Amino acid sequence: MYVAVKGGEKAIDAAHALLKHVRRGDTSIADLSVAQIREQLALAVDRVMGEGSLFDPDLAALAIKQARGDLIEAAFLVRAFRTTLPRFGASEPIDTADMEIERRISATFKDLPGGQVLGPTFDYTHRLIDFLLEAGVAPPAPPQAPVPVQAASPRVTDLLAGDDLIEQSPVGAPGQDVGDLTRDPLNFPAGRDLRLQNLARGDEGFLLALGYSTQRGYGRTHPFAGEIRFGSVELELFVEDLGFDVPLGDIDVTECQMINQFKGSHSEAPRFTRGYGLVFGQAERKAMAMALVDRALRARELGEIPEGNQAAPAQDEEFVLSHSDNIQSTGFVEHLKLPHYVDFQAELVLLRRLQAERAAQQSGQDASVQPVREAAE
Amino acid sequence: MGLLARATLSELQDLAQPLPLDITVLREPEVGLVLVRGRIGGDGQPFNVGEATVTRAAVRLGGGEVGYGHVLGRAPERARLGAIVDALWQAPDHRPRIESGLLAIDQRLAAEADVKRRQVAATRVDFFTMVRGE
Repeated sequence: MYVAVKGGEKAIDAAHALLKHVRRGDTSIADLSVAQIREQLALAVDRVMGEGSLFDPDLAALAIKQARGDLIEAAFLVRAFRTTLPRFGASEPIDTADMEIERRISATFKDLPGGQVLGPTFDYTHRLIDFLLEAGVAPPAPPQAPVPVQAASPRVTDLLAGDDLIEQSPVGAPGQDVGDLTRDPLNFPAGRDLRLQNLARGDEGFLLALGYSTQRGYGRTHPFAGEIRFGSVELELFVEDLGFDVPLGDIDVTECQMINQFKGSHSEAPRFTRGYGLVFGQAERKAMAMALVDRALRARELGEIPEGNQAAPAQDEEFVLSHSDNIQSTGFVEHLKLPHYVDFQAELVLLRRLQAERAAQQSGQDASVQPVREAAE
Repeated sequence: MGLLARATLSELQDLAQPLPLDITVLREPEVGLVLVRGRIGGDGQPFNVGEATVTRAAVRLGGGEVGYGHVLGRAPERARLGAIVDALWQAPDHRPRIESGLLAIDQRLAAEADVKRRQVAATRVDFFTMVRGE
């Protein structure tokens, strides 16, 4: 429990002033602009947009600066900001088949229509520190192909959809409500729409560890990276005053289609199943981990957990969805810093009494031992 | 409207010049959120990916033309100017000038996209299969 404590205002004000001073660092070194963060620390910005659950690169860059590069703190600032704004509505669902492709790879089809383009990737680099960057050497201009990459490419899963070798995406009922965990508390079991919303804003490290755990045997899903694509898609909003969809501009997203082996069950034929990942910005690791966890969370639906067996961590919906949000996690972990003086005092009093009683007992005297009270929060 | 949403502030400032004197503000520029939806598997049931900041504005000109501005991000001035240009486009006197300005924006966007697409195309993988025994 919390107990109101007075005092400390002056200390808090001074601490915040000191924070601002320390944030600026050595003033003989140039101040970092928000635009520099947006342009040159773009993947940090993307992560903050994803976990802050708000697409706004300028705002995310500012939050990173304010948070001194602490990305969870920055996501927290972004989440707090969004609560101050009215909501105009929901966009039309983005069409990732119509993406302006900057990267598109498949580990399952060598010759997919539209081809594979690597785009700006860390893959195949040697992970050697580049001291030219430290020296401030400008990079050479990237090569340009004579023929530009085609604007829209069909998704790999669409190409396979014709035969019955791979499951179709669930279509849902027309006009069906789309679950929104920012408006309604999460209940279990959660629909796949809510699970994906939760994972899309979930902590990258947490999802990465869970995805990895499925590969190591804690709820295997036998995945193939069917397709990973990154690029920009147009966002459209239906505006009632106008009566039609208005384009708002373009947002960057990363999509991962995992294709998973499925040996079939008593009701389902053997076929490939799918896990899906979709996140803001260029966030391939997160999109892949999200797709692995999305598929793992379907274990019960697909009858993969034998009767009486316990689900693996990545298959346990309540475990995954309740712990994926790093803003919630950090709030509860870090609240331990707040004053718990009265709680602790109570525990001390209790322990002293128990010890006194124990000592009395050992010295042969009779003492009534009281049950230990459960520790307060 | 897609072009106005992607126009830079200075492009919009140029397009809105000379600024009409008879502007009635129907909606002051307002920053808000739009829920971004995706589809499960890319083509299935919709779900919410997150939100995006959007700024909107609306104006009416003396001739009765009502213009709307909608842009991603927190950009009150771009939304306001976008609404004015949208209204101007509906006024027959202004339309030819606005059309040619929009064409220039379209060409700028196309040129930028072309460079990007060529850079991306240069990273295309051409697979070849090793033949055994070679």
